Amino acid sequence: MTQLSRRQFLAAGGSVSLAVAMSGCSTPIGSSLTGAQPSTADVIFWHLFGGGDGENMATMIETYRESSGTSVESSLLSWGNPFYTKLALSTSSGRPPDVTVAHLSRVPLLAQAELLEPVADQFAAAGITEDKFTPAAWEKATVDGTTYAVPIDTHPFVLYYNTELAAQAGLLDETGENLKPMRNSDDFVATLQAMKDSTGSEYAAVASITVDPSTCWRLLLMTYSGLAGPIVEDLGTRVTIDRAAMEESFAFLQSLTGDLGLMPRTATSTTSSTLFSNGEVGFLFDGVWQIPTYRDVEGLDFNVVPFPALLGPEPVAYADSHALVVPASPGRSDERTANAVRFVQGLLDQSSTWADGGHVPAWLPVQESEEFLELQPQSNYTEAAFNAVYDPPGWYTGAGSDFQTAMGSVVASVLTGATDPAGGVAALTSSLQTFSTARPPV
Amino acid sequence: MTATALPAPRTGVEVGDRAATAGRPPRSENRAGWLFATPFLALYLAFLIGPVVIGLLISLFNTTTVRSGIGSWVGFSNYADVLTNADFWASMWHSALFTLLTTPILVLLPLLFAVLVSRLARGQWFYRLAFFAPYVVPSAAVCLIFAFMYTPETGLITNAFGWFGLTAPDFFGSTSGAWFAVVLLTVWWTFGFNFILYTAAIQEISEEVYEAAALDGAGPWQQIRMITVPILRPTIGLVLILQVLSSLKVFDQIYILLTGGPNYTTRPVIQYIFDTGFSAYRGGYAAAATMVYFVVLVLVSVGWFLVRRRNNSANT
Repeated sequence: MTQLSRRQFLAAGGSVSLAVAMSGCSTPIGSSLTGAQPSTADVIFWHLFGGGDGENMATMIETYRESSGTSVESSLLSWGNPFYTKLALSTSSGRPPDVTVAHLSRVPLLAQAELLEPVADQFAAAGITEDKFTPAAWEKATVDGTTYAVPIDTHPFVLYYNTELAAQAGLLDETGENLKPMRNSDDFVATLQAMKDSTGSEYAAVASITVDPSTCWRLLLMTYSGLAGPIVEDLGTRVTIDRAAMEESFAFLQSLTGDLGLMPRTATSTTSSTLFSNGEVGFLFDGVWQIPTYRDVEGLDFNVVPFPALLGPEPVAYADSHALVVPASPGRSDERTANAVRFVQGLLDQSSTWADGGHVPAWLPVQESEEFLELQPQSNYTEAAFNAVYDPPGWYTGAGSDFQTAMGSVVASVLTGATDPAGGVAALTSSLQTFSTARPPV
Repeated sequence: MTATALPAPRTGVEVGDRAATAGRPPRSENRAGWLFATPFLALYLAFLIGPVVIGLLISLFNTTTVRSGIGSWVGFSNYADVLTNADFWASMWHSALFTLLTTPILVLLPLLFAVLVSRLARGQWFYRLAFFAPYVVPSAAVCLIFAFMYTPETGLITNAFGWFGLTAPDFFGSTSGAWFAVVLLTVWWTFGFNFILYTAAIQEISEEVYEAAALDGAGPWQQIRMITVPILRPTIGLVLILQVLSSLKVFDQIYILLTGGPNYTTRPVIQYIFDTGFSAYRGGYAAAATMVYFVVLVLVSVGWFLVRRRNNSANT
């Protein structure tokens, strides 16, 4: 074996690393150093779906890939704040994906920061137009008159009930499937009371309260929105909370866990799923995305409906939507943009696969199709998508945000009885002050 | 007792003496020294001094992570906001509380075990390995394992409380339970580092000192109390300051295990900086918070230095 001198060795090593660096320009590492958008596939797609939703999304992507013949590189990133942090940083530094999922509740900030391409023109040419979407979702995708996102679903906060227990309690109408109509909070309380009396259980209903600020927040915003408008305006810089309405909402929710004893004061997500799965409570307040969890529970017969009108005259559903957005990238070629539009269209056409996860398709051609109408219980609560109330637009609001955690924590302390309704309003307002007076990033 | 009359090695003084007598190195050697230090200096400038200067600069601007450029000039208002923000001070307190909870345990317990292990006649390598091994596990892995063991109802640690007829605290849902969880994890995880520092210092102690003490009739406990611990005093001081500084910098385990929950009651200041700077996109504000925190860390280090210097001069 020839002995390499140290100089020869170093020279060889240097030229190898130089070669790697030169050829690296076309690789992801290379493009991240040179600041270009990576182009390892025709469409680079980011999403945040794990579990059943993740599997459905994978199926949809695979189907699209096969039918269109284009390559799609799909990356699953962790849900919530980390996802939006990555999305914002990658876009503002010029290396975004071509298409990504975003919650509509998160769109206002991204749009204000000019991180999203307006979608209307390119998508209209492909037949993706306003009249083919659930109006509430399309409206939420529109910021200051410009539409920035293509909604794929609405996932409202809904009322689950155990069909068997509801039948025993005489709560079902003549179809034997649906709850008798409820018109207001009195009817609602009477229904829960009837359930409790009939089953002899300790509680009639359950919601995940402990360490679940988002669920608490959904419950509150649904109740409050029956009475009053958004709690903040001007992208979150002005607090417009209706204190009387907020106190009434808190008092109503507290009565459910307090005086009336219809719901447990403390329940983690494990407690609530155990109680509902075992038939120890007849009602569950949760999001539609939990349907796949309960569908697989042996011996559990359940149905899902929108919440009735509670404190206000009209029913309100707290909801959010998943949407597809095209992050702004000055260097994206027309061809890539066209691929992105085709990809979005391909996913919309498969909305019925997506609906399997409990979501209401936002794409009306699928929402109104026979296939979806036959899907149970999904088609029961389509109405909720039309009555949807989203997080108020703000730079700090939206799915998984610190705002939801802060608001939900106040709600939790009211539900456990630690804070009275008036104290809850004060705590909520002071917490909102912190958010609304901070200097907005946009 | 005779043992106390023995001269304790004073490493710091010895090194100082040697440097003083050696004189200045020749110029060519000096230049070579700088040349060898260049790779380090380049990295140090690029990744430490550079970011600090940039951080100082953007703390005076409304820089955001959703827009390029440094944004508009806002003077010292970011600092004013940070200093009057209750969430910031709450998170500062959480970092301080974590330090108060972990430092005494992580300074004293490894000392005890290092001394005990050093007195074993055989199999010392096994104990050294066993105590040090957790330290090389990455934080994410440690947190996943502990999260598994802290799970309500089914977790190993939760059940272990039941064996003694106790009820396990709510490790994720209650503030006290969360602190317990994260302190226990940290002690198990970082115990080995301090243990190794102590073990190394104990090995430095000359065998003859113990022999002499034994001849004079000192028992094992007296040897530990009169020889080992006094000689280890500089090491204890070193471990103390390293531990205080590393505990003040806590982030990984609290972020991964609890994300600062429940309700931000365990969120350390670094997570606060991360949350405001990246999740809330307020880069300038987060840079100002970092600078405030940096000043606090410098004050702690300077305070420690002054105390040490006074003690040293009092001893000589």
